[in-house]
Amino acid sequence: MDNLIPVLVAVPLLGAALLLCGGRRLDRVGHWLGTLLAFASFGVGLALFFSMLGRSTADRPVHLNLYTWIPVNGFQAEVGFQLDQLSMTFVLLITGVGSLIHLYSIGYMAHDEKRRRFFGFLNLFLAAMLLLVLADNYLLLYVGWEGVGLASYLLIGFWQHKPSAATAAKKAFLVNRVGDVGLSIAVMLMFTTFGTFAFTPVFADAPKATQATLTGIGLMLLLAACGKSAQVPLQSWLGDAMEGPTPVSALIHAATMVTAGVYLITRSSAIFNLAPAAQLATVVVGAVTLLFGAIVGCAKDDIKKALAGSTMSQIGYMVLAAGLGPIGYVFAIMHLVTHGFFKAGLFLGAGSVMHGMNDEVDMRKYGGLRKYMPLTFVTFGLGYLAIIGFPGLSGFFSKDKIIEAAFGHGGTEGWILGTCTLVGAAVTAFYMTRVMLMTFFGEKRWVPDADGHEPHPHESPAVMGAPMVILAFGSVFLGGLFSINSSFVHWLSPVTGYQEGHSPLSTTTVTACTTVVLLLGVGVAWMMYGRKPVPAVPPLGSLLTRAARRDLLQDDFNHVVLVSGGSHLTRFLVYLEGKGLDGLVNGIAALIGGTSGRVRKVQNGYVRSYALSMFGGALVLAATTLLMRAV
Amino acid sequence: MNPVNYLYLASLLFTIGAVGVLVRRNAIVLFMCVELMLNACNLALVTFSRLHGNLDGQIIAFFTMVVAAAEVVVGLAIIVSVFRTRHSASVDDTNLMKL
Repeated sequence: MDNLIPVLVAVPLLGAALLLCGGRRLDRVGHWLGTLLAFASFGVGLALFFSMLGRSTADRPVHLNLYTWIPVNGFQAEVGFQLDQLSMTFVLLITGVGSLIHLYSIGYMAHDEKRRRFFGFLNLFLAAMLLLVLADNYLLLYVGWEGVGLASYLLIGFWQHKPSAATAAKKAFLVNRVGDVGLSIAVMLMFTTFGTFAFTPVFADAPKATQATLTGIGLMLLLAACGKSAQVPLQSWLGDAMEGPTPVSALIHAATMVTAGVYLITRSSAIFNLAPAAQLATVVVGAVTLLFGAIVGCAKDDIKKALAGSTMSQIGYMVLAAGLGPIGYVFAIMHLVTHGFFKAGLFLGAGSVMHGMNDEVDMRKYGGLRKYMPLTFVTFGLGYLAIIGFPGLSGFFSKDKIIEAAFGHGGTEGWILGTCTLVGAAVTAFYMTRVMLMTFFGEKRWVPDADGHEPHPHESPAVMGAPMVILAFGSVFLGGLFSINSSFVHWLSPVTGYQEGHSPLSTTTVTACTTVVLLLGVGVAWMMYGRKPVPAVPPLGSLLTRAARRDLLQDDFNHVVLVSGGSHLTRFLVYLEGKGLDGLVNGIAALIGGTSGRVRKVQNGYVRSYALSMFGGALVLAATTLLMRAV
Repeated sequence: MNPVNYLYLASLLFTIGAVGVLVRRNAIVLFMCVELMLNACNLALVTFSRLHGNLDGQIIAFFTMVVAAAEVVVGLAIIVSVFRTRHSASVDDTNLMKL
C-alpha cells in the first residue's frame, strides 16, 4: 500500500510530460487527460489516507526510501518519501483542491488556444508541490520548492503576450529567489552542523546544536517562508501574480503554494521550538503581514487584488500561529486547510464573475450581479461568510483558535498579538463585505468595454459550477468537522506536538470579542458601500487609502531602498574600484614606465659614454672595497 | 730601486689609456689605449709578484697577454668590417646601439 507514495508524484509528473511534449495531437483531449490524472492522484491520496486511518497513531508515519540520488563517500543524498499526518493533510488538500480547479479550468480556459500547455503546467505544479510535502529531507524538499516556483512563474506569465503578465512573472520569480537563498543557506547550515539533510536525524540532533546555529537556521527558514508565502518584507509579488489566469490564482496563489512557507515552519518545528528568537521574528512577521494584507485588501478595486491582499493577511495568521510554537502549529495547519477551501472558492467565484463580465476585474463596474449569477452568488457568499469567521462556518473555528492561541502566548506579547489578530479579523470582515457589496449588491454599474461590447452577465457552465459548489461545502462544514472532539488536534499533534495555551481570556470571551469585531467590520462596510451607491470613479480617499491602493508603497519602498540604493552602492563601488584599485595599479605602472623613459636616455649609443659608466662603476666598487677594509 | 715606483708608472699608464678611451674618436687609437691599459695592468701584476715574492702575478700577466692577443684579432676584424661598411673609423659614427 505504502509503495503507492511515489505514484502520487509520478502521476501528475507523467501528465505534465505528456501534455508538454505531446504536441498538437493532444489538443482535443489534453485538458481531460490532465484533469483525469489529477483526480487519479487524489484517488491514490484518499486510498493512502484511509490506509493511514486504519493504523494506530504510532504506526501512522510511513517512510519509503526510493533510491540514492547522489552517492558520495561520506555523503548520501537520498530520494526518500515520508508520509505522516502533516504530509497527508497537505496531500489531500493539494490533490483535492487541485483536481477541482483542474475541472474548473476546463470551462474557464475553454476558449484559450494554449489550453493543453496550461494543463501541463498545472500538472507540473501538482507534482512539484507533492514532492515538496512528501520529501523526507530538506534537499528533496528544496527540489519541490524550486519546482513550485517554476510552475508559479510559468503560470503567472501564461498570457505572456501581455507585458504586465510577463513582468509579474519575472517579479514573482525574482522575489522568490531571495527567499530561496534563505532556504539554501538553511540547508547548508544544517549540513555543516548535523552532517545530514534528512528530517529525522536533524530534528533528533537539534538540541545538541548551539543556540546561535539554531537561531540562524530558523531565521533563514523564515526568510524562505517569507518569500514563498508572500510575507513582509518579501510580499510585493503576490498582488502582481494575479495577472495569471484565475484558476492559477486560486490553486497556487491562494490554496497551496503560498502556504508552503507555513508547511516549512511547521515541519521544522523541532528547530523553531529551540530558537525563541526565530519564533519571535516569525510572530512579528505574521502579525505585521496580517494587518498589511488586510489594509491593502480594503483599498483595491480589482477583485482579484483585493482577494490577494486577503490571502496575504490570512497566511499572516498562519505564520503567526506557527510562530507561537506548540500551542499554534495545529491551528496554523487547520486554518491553512480551511483557508485553502474558502479562498479557492472565492477565487473561483471571482473567476466566474470575470467569465460573465468580459474579463472585467474592476469591482466598480460590477454591481447587482446576484440576480444574474445566483449560483456564483451563493457559493461566493458562503466563502465570504467562512473567511470573515461567521459563527458555525469553517473560518470561525480555525481563526478563533488562532486568536485564542495568540492571547494564550502569555504576557504583554500575548496581548499585543491577540489585539493584532482581533483588529485583523475586523478589517477582514470590512474588506470582504466591501467586495461582496460592490460585486453582488447595489445598482448595476457595468459599461461597454473598449470594443463596445455590452457585458451580458451569465451563469458559468456546470463544469465551473460544480467545483465551486464542492468548495463551498468545504467552506461551510470543514471547520466544524475538524473541531468535533478536537479531531484535527488529535490527528496532527503526534507530528507537530500540541499544548494548551494559557489564555488570560476564556474561550467564550474570545468568541464574543471576535463576533463583536466581525459585526463592527461588516457594519462599517455596509455604511460605506451598502447604504449609498458606489461611485464608478474611485474617490480620492484619505492618505492611507491612497497608500493602500499603491500596495502600501511596497514597490516604492523596494524601488527607493533596494533599486536606487543598490545602484548607488554599485556606483560607489565602481568609483572606489576606478579611483582606488585601478589608480594604484595604473600608478605603479606609470611610475615604472616614467622612470624607465628617463633612465633609458643614458643609453645613447656612444662607446665613450659606456666606457665612462664602466670606469665610474669600477671606481665605486674599488672605493667601496677600500672603505669596507678601512672600517 | 723601489718597486713601488713601477706601480706609479703602471697607474700613470692606465690613466693615460683610460683618458684616451674616453676622449679619442678614432677606433684604432681607442684600441691602442685599451692595449695600454692592459699592459699597465700587466706591469702592476708583475710588480705585485715581485713585492710578494711569488709567481702568481706573473702567471696572470701571461694569461692577460694571451687574452689581449685574441682580443686584438677580434677587435681589428670588427674595426675593419665597420670601416668597410661606413667608410669611417670614428666610433661616434657607430652609435646605433641605443633605444
